[in-house]
Amino acid sequence: MLDPVDRRILVASQDGLPLTATPFADLARALGLEPREVLARLRRLKEAGAIRRIAAVPNHYRLGFLANAMTVWDVEDGEVGRLGRLVGALPFVTHCYRRPRRLPDWPYNLFAMVHGRSRTETEARRREIAALLGSACRTSDVLYSTRILKKTGLRLAGEG
Amino acid sequence: MRSGHLDPIDRAIVQSLQRGVPIVERPFAELATILETTEEAVVARLARLVESGVVGRFAPMLDAEKLGGAVTLCAMAVPAERFEEVARLLEAMPEVAHNYAREHRLDMWFVLAVERPERLAAVVAEIEARTGLPVLNLPKLEEYRLELALPV
Repeated sequence: MLDPVDRRILVASQDGLPLTATPFADLARALGLEPREVLARLRRLKEAGAIRRIAAVPNHYRLGFLANAMTVWDVEDGEVGRLGRLVGALPFVTHCYRRPRRLPDWPYNLFAMVHGRSRTETEARRREIAALLGSACRTSDVLYSTRILKKTGLRLAGEG
Repeated sequence: MRSGHLDPIDRAIVQSLQRGVPIVERPFAELATILETTEEAVVARLARLVESGVVGRFAPMLDAEKLGGAVTLCAMAVPAERFEEVARLLEAMPEVAHNYAREHRLDMWFVLAVERPERLAAVVAEIEARTGLPVLNLPKLEEYRLELALPV
């Protein structure tokens, strides 16, 4: 999927693009490439889905979201697809996945990340999800994050 | 710097840039026009937001699976006295994309992202071997929403 030039571009930008008005041209210059070629390659990777977007990654805590929780739910298998999509559509849910249960330790198959400014706010949002799931949910739990230990995203190796 | 120190223009910049910029020669031009400011001013504020840690980085967000790789969520129950040691070990591993401390018996939750899917099992085994702790591996089965922007 990535040819060596794509890889050079992504490796050079994965920790951060130049913070200038023309970041792609400046990246191109640093790599000895034509700005037009870098733009074309980045666009192609975006169209292919390899790049989701070129964006700022915010630190939720620093933006005032102090109560960040992974909410987990044990939802009937026959209902989890339909209900998961409803939960995923809630505006305060940033990620929502179905994952395998690992019995007996881990009975939960639906994961929804919820962000709030306070635990009171996050708990209210959790109750909203609980109401939506209704009797299809047998049991649930909430895991508040207390610290970001690492947040780099996928790391590409210099040579693939 | 807490959120209280972000002015409305900073917030508008974070709000907009977390959704992404167009891949064009001057990606901040449109945002500058909307905010009735200059591209240089937007870039200067972005640099300050990165410097102060409000923004972790401004970069391409890659999709490991679309690149032919694989991702999984893992959890471990790390004893309190070993927590920092294990966190440092994961910090140093390039396959660990994110790691969070959480209030739970399973107190460390991390995402593994690799370019070659067959590496995942080996990385999980390596973590178990190096820590002596079992890893709960919870690969995604279905995705209902993925990191759309949070209103800030």
